[in-house]
Amino acid sequence: MKTSASRLSSNPLNRLGSWAIDTVSDLGRMTLFMLQAYRGCVRKPFRLAELLKQIQFIGAGSFLVIFFTAISTGMVLGLQGYYSLSKFGAEGMLGSAVSLTLIMELGPVLTALMVAGRAGSAMCAEIGIMQISEQIDALECMAIDPFRFLISPKFLAMIISMPLLTAFFDLIGIFGGYMSGVTLMGVNPGSYIEGMRTSVTNHDIFLGFVKSLVFAMLVVWICTGRGYLVKQIRGAGFGAESVSRVTTQAVVMSSISVLIFDYLITAILL
Amino acid sequence: MSETAIEFVDISKSFIDREGQAQTVLDAVSFSIPKGKTTVIAGGSGQGKSVTLKLILGLLRPDSGAILVDGTDVTKLRRKKLEEMRTRFGVLFQGAALFDSMSVFDNVALPLRERTRQGEDEIGERVMRWLAQLGLDGHEEKFPAQLSGGMRKRVGLARALQLDPEIILFDEPTTGLDPVMTHEIYELFARTQQQIGFTSVIVSHDIPGVFKLADEVIILEKGKTDVFSSVEEISTSSKPHIRDFMQKTMGEINRHHLVQ
Ligand SMILES: Nc1ncnc2c1ncn2[C@@H]1O[C@H](COP(=O)(O)OP(=O)(O)OP(=O)(O)O)[C@@H](O)[C@H]1O
Ligand SMILES: [Mg+2]
Repeated sequence: MKTSASRLSSNPLNRLGSWAIDTVSDLGRMTLFMLQAYRGCVRKPFRLAELLKQIQFIGAGSFLVIFFTAISTGMVLGLQGYYSLSKFGAEGMLGSAVSLTLIMELGPVLTALMVAGRAGSAMCAEIGIMQISEQIDALECMAIDPFRFLISPKFLAMIISMPLLTAFFDLIGIFGGYMSGVTLMGVNPGSYIEGMRTSVTNHDIFLGFVKSLVFAMLVVWICTGRGYLVKQIRGAGFGAESVSRVTTQAVVMSSISVLIFDYLITAILL
Repeated sequence: MSETAIEFVDISKSFIDREGQAQTVLDAVSFSIPKGKTTVIAGGSGQGKSVTLKLILGLLRPDSGAILVDGTDVTKLRRKKLEEMRTRFGVLFQGAALFDSMSVFDNVALPLRERTRQGEDEIGERVMRWLAQLGLDGHEEKFPAQLSGGMRKRVGLARALQLDPEIILFDEPTTGLDPVMTHEIYELFARTQQQIGFTSVIVSHDIPGVFKLADEVIILEKGKTDVFSSVEEISTSSKPHIRDFMQKTMGEINRHHLVQ
């Protein structure tokens, strides 16, 4: 009651205060949400069919988008890399440059951004609509845990799919680099492959894998969480409008946090 | 005097709007709902009938007071215990709250699949029998978006009755149904209540129709409740707001007055 009264006041200090309270309680709710979602992952009975359906939705559904993003990124990297490297007469390094950039950096980041835009937004809207139309209340009234039933399969599916999609992205990207570098610009195919083989270490692959895992957890947490909390987010409004607002917000927030964590993980693990 | 299933003790509930103003929906109300009987909650739109049902389910928390279900205060229950408590309820929401990405069949089958060990054959048979009873045979493959409002209500009813609940909480079960269907639903309630013996709490605007079913009537108005044990008692009540309510719901329309 106190917070809502102070929200009325135009005193900037009061406003800052109530903003801080809102933000902290929002973070608290998001954290609680995450804990409940992970607890739902180990609660019985396990919903295998739903998990597979979600993997198909995230994985198979994103295949084409990932393919086109990866092939064009790889081809641009091939051209760009060829241009830069040939200044030093080091065209032979092209395979190593392209594959390292993709595996450690662009593969995980671009895959996560694509998945957030495609699957993450859909998850947020779906859960938001179920929340405002009392479908989640109805689940609770049937004593069906909405986390185990609805949210946790999405968490697991995302955590399984994201590394696989990232690997697919890397593969297609490296192939794209090969097409533009070797086929178009005439770099020696042997040196492209060999450069890649000798320079990419297990640690680089591990770094890319850690990134894709962390990004998966971030994207699915933010997207499902914003949808689930749609009624409690201040300023989201009501009804259909509130769902559309939180969906936009979820995609923006998950994209930004992917970029921030990309830097952090690189700084820590490199 | 019969046993009590649900008891409200001094329950207050208000909502705070954006400007920080409190709107009181329930103002220290106390009443009890007898076990194995049918209690009807009536009252004007926006008087807090749906809120009352949500309080019983623990979906909303009161500002003060206690709600005892078989002696246990639901307002103080933790998640796990609350979940246990809810297994005893069968609930129909005002908006039906069907799962819109599931077919009619899957909606009704869901509680059976999730909460019992019955096989698919057994579940299928049971669900089809219920759908037929509610005049929904032939619609089992449809999705909620493809149904009329009244059909949605009936699917919600079928879903709520699957686990043989001890207590049913139905929010306007017959709104949007034609008079014949309404009558059939009431008969179905009476029959099922005889079979299962549940306590039923029905929110309804169908006055006087629903009185045929009621053992007790609770009228909610301006945050207060009045409890009546028979229809005669309501119609002979001396309280002005009850007389007014009955006059407006059951009395004749003064057409002469309207024309003027
Ligand atoms: N979640 C909520 N937040 C704020 N106010 C609410 C909320 N739920 C209900 N209210 C308010 O509480 C009051 C009672 O609402 P309720 O839904 O219980 O009415 P009702 O008696 O069921 O009416 P109807 O017959 O139209 O369904 C209304 O004034 C409504 O605006
Ligand atoms: Mg209502």
